[in-house]
Order: sequence, then C-alpha cells, then structure tokens
Amino acid sequence: MKKNTVQERKIENKSFLSKIEPFLYLLPFLIGLVVFTLYPVINVVLISFKEGYSHLSRNFTEWGLGNYETVLADPRFGQAISNTIKYVLLVVPISTCLSIVIANLLNQKLRFSALFQTAYFLPMVTSITAVGLAWKLMYNKNFGIINYLLSFFGVDKIPWLENAQWSIPALVIFGIWNILPFTIILLLSGLQNIDPLYYTAAKVDGSSSLRIFFRITIPLLAPTIFLVCIINTISCFKVFSELYPLFNGKPGPFNNLYTVVYYIRYAMMENRKYGIAAAAAIILFMFIFVFTMVQHFIQNRTRR
Amino acid sequence: MKQKVTRFLVYLFLIIGGLIMLLPFFWMFSSAFKTTQEINKFPPQWLPSSISLVNFQRAFAMAPFARYFVNSILVMVSSVGITTFTTILAAFAFSKLHFPGRSLIFSMLLALMMIPFEMLIITNYSTVVQLKLWDTIPALILPFTSSIFYTYILKNFFDSISDSLYWSARIDGSSNWRYLWKVMVPIARPSLTTIILLNGLASWNSFMWPMYVIASDKNRTLPWGLQVFTTEAGSYPELLMAASTVVVFPVIILFFFCRKYIVRGVARGGLKG
Repeated sequence: MKKNTVQERKIENKSFLSKIEPFLYLLPFLIGLVVFTLYPVINVVLISFKEGYSHLSRNFTEWGLGNYETVLADPRFGQAISNTIKYVLLVVPISTCLSIVIANLLNQKLRFSALFQTAYFLPMVTSITAVGLAWKLMYNKNFGIINYLLSFFGVDKIPWLENAQWSIPALVIFGIWNILPFTIILLLSGLQNIDPLYYTAAKVDGSSSLRIFFRITIPLLAPTIFLVCIINTISCFKVFSELYPLFNGKPGPFNNLYTVVYYIRYAMMENRKYGIAAAAAIILFMFIFVFTMVQHFIQNRTRR
Repeated sequence: MKQKVTRFLVYLFLIIGGLIMLLPFFWMFSSAFKTTQEINKFPPQWLPSSISLVNFQRAFAMAPFARYFVNSILVMVSSVGITTFTTILAAFAFSKLHFPGRSLIFSMLLALMMIPFEMLIITNYSTVVQLKLWDTIPALILPFTSSIFYTYILKNFFDSISDSLYWSARIDGSSNWRYLWKVMVPIARPSLTTIILLNGLASWNSFMWPMYVIASDKNRTLPWGLQVFTTEAGSYPELLMAASTVVVFPVIILFFFCRKYIVRGVARGGLKG
C-alpha cells in the first residue's frame, strides 16, 4: 500500500516536472531576452512619447509628440537623414554591381580559389574600427598611398578627409570595401543554387557567355540580388562604426557627416536628451521596418 | 585562343581586385614596422627598411594594450560561453519539447530579430547604470547572453534531427537533459562551431556598446581602447598601426583556419555586429 502511493506521487511529480521542464530550459534565454531586448523595446517607445523626460529622475512633463516634433525640426537630424540616405544610395547599388561580377568570376573553376576567397572575404571578419584607422592613413592627403596610386592617372592630391565634399566619397569607398564580402557570399550561394542544366542547355544552343550572363544568370539570380539589396540597405542605414575612425570620432571634418545613429549618440551622450534620442531611434526603426517587410514579401514570393 | 585570353583576363581582374581588398591590411602591417620618417615619406615606402618590434613596445608602453587584450579575451570567452549555453537550451526546447504557445513565442522572437541594437541602447544604458554595472566588465557581457539569431540557427539544425531518435532515447529512460548533451549537442557540432565563431568575432570586434558603457582605462576592450589611443598617438601613425595589428591579426589567423565555418554561417543569415 505504502509503496503504491510513493510510486503514484513519483509519477505525479514527474508529470508536474515534465510540464514545467520546457520553461526551465527556456529560462536562462528568456531572462536575458526580457531584460535586454523586450523591455528596452517597449521602454524606448514609451520614452519617445514622454516630453521633457529626465533620465536621472525618470520624470517627465506630459505625454505627446513633442520629441518627434523636435527631432524632425532639428536641422542636424535633417542632415543626418540626408547623409544616411545618400550613403545607402551610393553604397548599396555600387557594391551589389561589383559583387555580381566578382561572385560570377569566383563561381568558376579557379586555381587558388581558396586564396581568392580569403582575399575577398577578409574584411568581413576584421574590426571595422581598427581597419578604419588604416584607411585613414591611406586617405592621408600628403603621404597617403591612395593619392600616390591616383597620381599615376594624373589625379591631383585629393583632400579626402579634410574637405566636406570629399568626405562622403571617402566614407562610401570604405563602406563598399567593408560590405563587399558579405554581398559576394550571399550572391555566391545564390549562384550555386542555379540548376546547371540551364547553362548546359544554353551552351548546346551556342549562346555567348555575355548572353548567358544577361539571359540566364541575372534573371535567375534576381531574387537573391533583391534580398542582398534589402539586407544591405538595412545595415547601411545603421552606418556608424565606419565613420568613427576616419574622423577621430567626429562625424566628418566639419561635423557635416551626421548619420542617424550618430545623431542618436549625440542626443544621448552630449545633450543628455533621452526622449529625443528615443524618437530618433524609433524613426530609424521605421525605415528598417519598411525594408524588412519588403524582404519578407520577396522571400515568401520566391519560396512559392 | 580566345578562351585563353578571357581566362587570362578573369585572373587578371580577380588578382587586381584581390590586391585592392588586401591593400588596407598590407598597409596596416607594413606601417606597423616603419619608423616615423618612413611613414611620412612621399612617394610612400611600400615596405619598412628593417623589421623591429619597437613600435609595438612603444604602443604597449603608452597605453595598457596588454590589459585591453586580456579584457577582450575575458569578455569574449564569458560571453560566448554563456550565450552558447542559453542558445543550446532554448533551441532544444523550441525544437523538441512541447509546451503551450511554442510556435507563437517562436514567431514573436523572429519578429524581434529585426529590432536594431541601436534602438535598445538607450534603455540598456540606463539598466546598466541602475544595476551599478556601468564601467565594469560584466556590462559588456550581460546584454548579449541571449541571441535570437543563434537560437534560430541551432533550432533549425535540431529540427533536422529525426524525432524518432528522440522518442526511442526517451523510452529507453534517458532524460531530456542527458539526451540533449549526449546526443543532440555532439551531432550539432558543425552548427555550434559556426555559432561560436560568429559570436566570438562579434564580441572581439564589438565597438559601439563598449564606447557607451566603459569609461575607465582598465576596463576597455581592444577596439574601444584603440580609438581612445588615437588621441594620444595621433602624431605617431606607426604606433596606431602596431596597435591595430594586435586587434586584427588574431582574427586573420582564425579566418585562415575556419573560413568554411564562418562563410557558411554568414551565408545563412548574416553577421550581426
């Protein structure tokens, strides 16, 4: 009799334990997620609507759209948005076009293909801010290797980092170099998914390789190309770490290169206006949200 | 003949492109060994006249780079260790255990994945200050203990392991815990390697968050310490390049050995910075 109840209790215990067991497995993950992702998301939305928010006392005067009005009226934020969009519009198309060509060449049977891959993929793993210092040295107007190499083509010394007009191309070239590996890798995996039968058929028909490239490769690669453009647009919207080392932590030689993330940092650390920073972060998220939706739309369509 | 010419042009293009991609690394390493005179020469000198470690010694004497290095290793090891642990447990629960709301919670997590870290900084900064962790090493580790992205990768891999294996082990009396560590984790080794490598790289290169929360010299990690060093060593680019080499070189060596794992992970969904 006694034995029986003990066993029953055991089973009952077991069933209770097996009910909560999944949550014990999730617990460590969920703690970090709730404290450092879920709560901050909700909180940043709330702060963005709190007018006159003080981060020390956590007091605020009233709820409203005041922070958004301030941000949108701030010429510095206007500059940040326009610089960010300029950066996206330059980096994304150029890096995508270059990557399509390079990925196609790397996709052939090559000697030393491991060596080529290492060379083209390396910028992906190294610290942007550390390599940025090397770029800063290369961009140097008087002693820089870039102006030296350009001098062979009859180009005069360019003040890459000292001049407001040249600072954007300097940032964009560095940005392209930095994003190229990721873009090439995604396109390469897209290329490897194309059925080789198409190419065999085209070769039997005697099509030229240029024709094959435009009539077969590009159309079949189109979904991957779109996908890459969207992902790169999102990551370029967050441009910050590329900018920091080039100009000693300042946004451009004359504070002319504010980007959205730089603006958030400025509002938070220099002005101590968390409400403003939150509103700017929400606006950044809106852009990212739209592009993410487009990404999902494309992914769902191509899967069908 | 025509084919040979195109073949030659392909190689020429790839080699020139590859050299351009590698130029910043070459310039960093070569400058790290130059003297002040050599680095300020025009036309620039491609290689240093002699190889000596004096720039490294001077950089390490001017700023506590050894300390930064130890901090970076410490943050990387603990952050990767904790994250891998939480990821394995969560991925297992989402893949093999049954509980109400499982798929709902998981799709909510996927939606959360698009939130940029830049948006979380404002609150996380305050949280770290409140927890009295501002300007401490744990502040660099704690916010990154749960990763939706890595959990997603590992869950996908766990999903591909047949359920019949799971049930037969359970009927044989194996507990979930035992099954996870004795069967699932060893099978998932390739996926785990990718996750650990991506996570380690992200931690090693992390710059923005340390910039926000670390103020004192003794708690800085390499990338942030390096940027602070630019103000002291601004007029000695050769010292800066020596210090940058310390940040970049270990990663390059790692990439030589683990390229396939890293590339595979990146192709699957990107490198989170």
